[in-house]
Amino acid sequence: MIAFWILALLMIASAVFTVTAKRPVHSVVGLLVNFIALAMIYLSLQAEFLAVMQIVVYSGAILILFVFVIALLSSGVAPFEIGPDKMAKATVPVAIVIAFLALAGIVTTVLSAPATVLPITSGGTTGEANAFGSVANFGSALFYENLLPFEVTAFILMVSVIGVVLIAGDEDGPLGPRRRKRRSLEREPIVKREPVVR
Amino acid sequence: MSVAPENYILLSGVLFFIGVVGVIVRRNPLIMLMSIELLFNSANLALVTYARVWVNNTGHIFAFLVITVAAAEAAIGLAIVAVTFRRQPHVDVDEVAALKG
Repeated sequence: MIAFWILALLMIASAVFTVTAKRPVHSVVGLLVNFIALAMIYLSLQAEFLAVMQIVVYSGAILILFVFVIALLSSGVAPFEIGPDKMAKATVPVAIVIAFLALAGIVTTVLSAPATVLPITSGGTTGEANAFGSVANFGSALFYENLLPFEVTAFILMVSVIGVVLIAGDEDGPLGPRRRKRRSLEREPIVKREPVVR
Repeated sequence: MSVAPENYILLSGVLFFIGVVGVIVRRNPLIMLMSIELLFNSANLALVTYARVWVNNTGHIFAFLVITVAAAEAAIGLAIVAVTFRRQPHVDVDEVAALKG
């Protein structure tokens, strides 16, 4: 009970910090706090496997990707973080109005039909082998009943990997001109060949 | 689940609010992508909450799919950002005009 409110306050504070931070690195730190707090909230909702996935995929993979791109972009000549990040003042009230409409829609929908929480009847409590949301439970639901979405997931990941390699794999990328020729001919040979004496 | 599910949904709504404001207001592409991750997370929180309310695993499966799509989106978005802004000193979404006719 108290843990939920602490985590909720932590999540809101870190989300606000993420959005308002001047430097992207600070935003990444705020996002990390947000993700870990969300994983704990998943645990309170008995979604153990998703909590672990949240930590592994989000704060393990995606945030590292963000940090790498920040390092890549700011490693050049110009300091990338000094760039003009003008929070366009005119758009702020418009943004708040639009987002507030979305929030009001969610609030009225939720409060108009309060949900009754069903009790968990089978499988035991959190932490036991076959509990609701455990790895076994999630896995059987994923591989028996939802096999097609799982295959679609694999396809999406494959397409995104190919797309990333196509976009960013080239040295200059498809957007810039290819200025340098390949230097494979100038490279020092790995094995020096002795001139053949005849 | 000692807290009423409405509180979880309200938390999800507030996070969505913050994320939408971030996407609209900020002009740094990295922070915009992070705000989009906030949006994905708030949607996931709603899905997992209702999965617990109606003891039903499909919400977990859907949240898993959302996590996968978020990972793919982050990878492709960051690749585009890295390619686009590799030579520009300032990172600003409004200044990208490579496709303007």
